[in-house]
Amino acid sequence: MLAYIIRRLINAVITLLVVTLVTFGIFFGVPKITGSDPALLYIGKTADAASIEGIRTKMGLADPILVQYGKFLKGLVVGRDYSSGPDVIHCPAPCLGYSFKTDRLVTPTLLADIPVTLSLAIGAAILWLIIGISAGVISALRRGTLIDRAVMTGALAGVSLPIYFTGLLASAIFIYWLEWLPQGQYVPFTENPGEWFVQMLLPWITLAFLFAATYARLTRANMLETLGEDYIRTARAKGLRERTVIGKHGLRSGLTPIVTVFGLDLGALLGGAVLTESVFNLRGLGYQALDAIRANDLPVILGVTLIAAFFIVFANLLVDLVYGVIDPRVRLS
Amino acid sequence: MSVNSATDRPFLEVKDLTVRFETDDGIVQAVSGSNFSLRAGQTLGIVGESGSGKSVTSLALLGLHRTRSNAKVSGEIWLDEKELVTATDEEVRKLRGGKMAMIFQDPLSAMHPYFTVGSQIVEAYRVHHPSANKKVARERAIDMLARVGIPQPERRFHDYAHQFSGGMRQRAMIAMALVNDPKLLIADEPTTALDVTVQAQILDLIRDLQEEFGSAVIMITHDLGVVAELADEVLVMYGGKVIERGPTIDLFQRPQHPYTWGLLGSMPRLDREVRDRLNPVKGSPPSLINLPDGCAFHPRCPYAGRNGDRSFKEVPVLIGGAHSVACHLPPDLRNKIFQEEVAPNL
Repeated sequence: MLAYIIRRLINAVITLLVVTLVTFGIFFGVPKITGSDPALLYIGKTADAASIEGIRTKMGLADPILVQYGKFLKGLVVGRDYSSGPDVIHCPAPCLGYSFKTDRLVTPTLLADIPVTLSLAIGAAILWLIIGISAGVISALRRGTLIDRAVMTGALAGVSLPIYFTGLLASAIFIYWLEWLPQGQYVPFTENPGEWFVQMLLPWITLAFLFAATYARLTRANMLETLGEDYIRTARAKGLRERTVIGKHGLRSGLTPIVTVFGLDLGALLGGAVLTESVFNLRGLGYQALDAIRANDLPVILGVTLIAAFFIVFANLLVDLVYGVIDPRVRLS
Repeated sequence: MSVNSATDRPFLEVKDLTVRFETDDGIVQAVSGSNFSLRAGQTLGIVGESGSGKSVTSLALLGLHRTRSNAKVSGEIWLDEKELVTATDEEVRKLRGGKMAMIFQDPLSAMHPYFTVGSQIVEAYRVHHPSANKKVARERAIDMLARVGIPQPERRFHDYAHQFSGGMRQRAMIAMALVNDPKLLIADEPTTALDVTVQAQILDLIRDLQEEFGSAVIMITHDLGVVAELADEVLVMYGGKVIERGPTIDLFQRPQHPYTWGLLGSMPRLDREVRDRLNPVKGSPPSLINLPDGCAFHPRCPYAGRNGDRSFKEVPVLIGGAHSVACHLPPDLRNKIFQEEVAPNL
């Protein structure tokens, strides 16, 4: 078991290393080959040769690409120094780079965004798990009835409508029309939990609607498959109460595949929910990524990409480990 | 065999059992008008092809069609003086796994993959013994595992179904079915999914346990060898109907129905020349949605025209005493055909 975990950890680290190589290659290697100079993105095309050369040295763009990558990796592990003119900026590990656009270190900028994204993802996840799974189970048990059809129609709407539509619609209804919720800005949980909750409610509902729809369909399909299994018939043949048959034997296998999907979904969301964050003006990782893309701020884009990759790889690892516990047929060896 | 005295009454009596399923394609007449009975300590073999209604019959006895909204069960099922078709869901549930239990065909898919074998047996015991605490139930489960011949039962108690071999898994399934001392045990093709060497062991085990517990056993199978080995009486089903019924020895020595002849003819035998071909029943089983008019077997019956056109028009009823048959051929003609045309090839 321990050997398995260690091996999986090593695998995860290698995966992340490959991700850094590929993303770094795309952002800093490819422009070099195609002849578009990242330095120009910072200083503008009209700058004279001397100032372009200056920024290039500062950013380390003059070095061969492999040396640049090596320095980047070193920064991730032990930190590095950036010389910005006369003073030297120390970037402590894990150093994701230095944004010459905003004159800020990438790591602390992104770390400041994580609580927003975390609030959004966790809150929405709780909501969509509860709603999605119960809707799916009810739908499966009442298959073919009006309830089933209503749930599945709602779910179809959920998966088809884009966030920027449902989000704006929800704001229009709950804030401007019914006036149940106040207009406002994100408030950190540590400052005012009540206000944090009220402000997060609409983003949660919007994001959860999309995922609950997927989970309801998935749960329904899983439950229908499980309820047709021979071991469910055995459970009934033993004389178990229908409650036990469904609630214990049915849910146990019907929900197991959900764990995998949930882990990966949550992992992906922690890297930033770009649409939800921009619709509700939440300054999280997704919003930051959008800002950085608009501004051509390469180090920040690279940083967000790596953080997102980290969450996904980590979620994958966690799902694999958890699966070995919940599905005894998957023995970790 | 008097049926009247209270003590001598059959433990199980099925009268005019009919099971229908309403599907999009039409009404599936899975079992129509089955009659049979069974005494404590006796074994009844139900034989037939897939779709002959034998498994549906067994599921109907346990009331397992009740959860399917499209299933309609009618007739009477008397188990130990209690009628089950009209009983409430809760009454039947309490009998299920208690007084009557079932062993399924493929023990790997019939056991829950995520619960240990031990916990599934414990669960079966505790639902019928609510007062038993976990420790008592656990000891009972381990005891049952030992009784069915599973080595190191204390250790295997914690294993999952996929960690058992096929034979051991079926043993565990039997332990689970017998944990509440059922008076009626239904075994639905219990050896089909097993290796040939293991099949005999499982059949021996079922016979030994039956002697020990004195239960009545219904053995559902398509394998006449299994029936010959275990059953006291045999029911041959075709197209949802019982077409021949009789004591095992009698049925093997003097089979009456052409379909039964066909079944016997498709059994490989050691004393036959290898170059002799088997004589399978030609054609395929009828659709239960559109049963052929008259005798359901007539499209496949080589003798259907020997007695005018009755077989094509009229549904035959089961007639006769202990050994009865549903066939339009007159008994002497049937005996003649069997003696002259069928028996030499068996």
